[in-house]
Amino acid sequence: MAATEQEILEGLGKIINEITGIPASDVTPEKNFVDDLDIDSLSMVEIAVAAQDEFGVEIPDDQLKNLKTVKDVLTFIQN
Amino acid sequence: MSANRVRVVVTGLGATTPVGGDVTSTWSALLAGQSGVESITADWIDTVPVKFAGTAAVDPTEVLARPEARRLDRSEQLAMVAAREAWQDAGAPEVAPERLGVVVSSGIGGITTTLSAYDTYKERGWNRLSPFTVPMLMPNGPAAWIGLDRGAQAGVHATVSACASGAEAIGYAMDMIRSGRADVVIAGGTEAAIHGLNVAAFAAARAMSTRNDDPAGASRPWDRDRDGFVLGEGAGIIVLESEEYARARGARIYAYASGVGYSADSHHITQPEPEGRGISMAMTQALNDAGITGQDVKHVNAHATSTPAGDVIEVQAVAKAIGTHPLVTSTKSMTGHLLGGAGGIESVFTIKALQERIVPATINLDNLDDGIEVDLVYGENRPLPEGDLAAVNNSFGFGGHNVAVVFKGA
Repeated sequence: MAATEQEILEGLGKIINEITGIPASDVTPEKNFVDDLDIDSLSMVEIAVAAQDEFGVEIPDDQLKNLKTVKDVLTFIQN
Repeated sequence: MSANRVRVVVTGLGATTPVGGDVTSTWSALLAGQSGVESITADWIDTVPVKFAGTAAVDPTEVLARPEARRLDRSEQLAMVAAREAWQDAGAPEVAPERLGVVVSSGIGGITTTLSAYDTYKERGWNRLSPFTVPMLMPNGPAAWIGLDRGAQAGVHATVSACASGAEAIGYAMDMIRSGRADVVIAGGTEAAIHGLNVAAFAAARAMSTRNDDPAGASRPWDRDRDGFVLGEGAGIIVLESEEYARARGARIYAYASGVGYSADSHHITQPEPEGRGISMAMTQALNDAGITGQDVKHVNAHATSTPAGDVIEVQAVAKAIGTHPLVTSTKSMTGHLLGGAGGIESVFTIKALQERIVPATINLDNLDDGIEVDLVYGENRPLPEGDLAAVNNSFGFGGHNVAVVFKGA
């Protein structure tokens, strides 16, 4: 049973809060990781590693660089 | 020494140790004769012959924000806590970045990260490693993170000489200021090595106490029944400045960092040289560097780790190089041995002793060993005399590294 978009968003918010300290409530679909959340590339790797464990989805490096917004990650995990 | 040489002063102190999470609580505990050594529970404890250690009294992950703590090895966490305390204590000087340096060392580096990352790599694959694994395990990591935290650009260094690392860092920092490379340097040592492999390896070297039925009594320098050192963890960091810079900004001055002496035994990779020639040489050079004589030295914070081989050789060398008159103590009787952190915390203790004119007593010294002529402080704390004060902090490391640092009262 796949997680709903809302469940993924909540899980992602917790991960991002744990790694960066950004409040989970600030992690909303339209946010850009670099421009809006000030998350650097190594933090994105940390988030990807944690998201792979949480959601059981591999995120290859060549895909990771295309995931610019929270919505991009939600879509990637759902698909 | 030249009359117009730059003089170095100490303006800030920071420490997190097995007996306290900051300088104030640590120093109070030392004056109260409290041991920070306790039995520990860990999943590896049944695999090693030593069942106790001096764990940091305040877990650094309770002090640092979680996102920061998860990127730092425990040795880096402890160093960051102590460095921030020292910086605030110094009044957070508004020094130009290119005039600020950092020299912070550990003996072993991020060993718990190295071991846990190896487990992750073997069991789950390379792509499950944190991207911060390398900066967590590299031995220059504590210095680098503190340098980033403060924006230091004059040079960020990590001197490595096993259990002399922290003292060597302070000596290097003094030289940075005296040679004109920096006005302010954050310096000291850190260690977080309470792990089964380290305990097993030191036990294999027959270096550790196995007094499992009495952990608080296990670190007993100069006692006849001492049977090895006790592993502790923590960090001690001081802020050093040129006297001119400190006075111009109106800083409170704790002490002068007046001299440093180095030597190498070239005798054995782990055993102390029986005549103490190397450690005498380090102390003599430190006194010469400070422009003082042995008579000026009123206190020695000894390296004395509670090993059968080392403790007496050291104080016999003190008697030769300085004299039998200084009040000598081993605070390791309470904190255990912080390895690369030792020179950091014990410099803090030496400076506090000068400031408050009191020497904390060595605990657990029930039956004095033979061959000791120096004036050991045990049983009760003792005051330092009126007038000018100088003190020596000794640190020696596996490999035969010897470092002595001289501090003078402000």
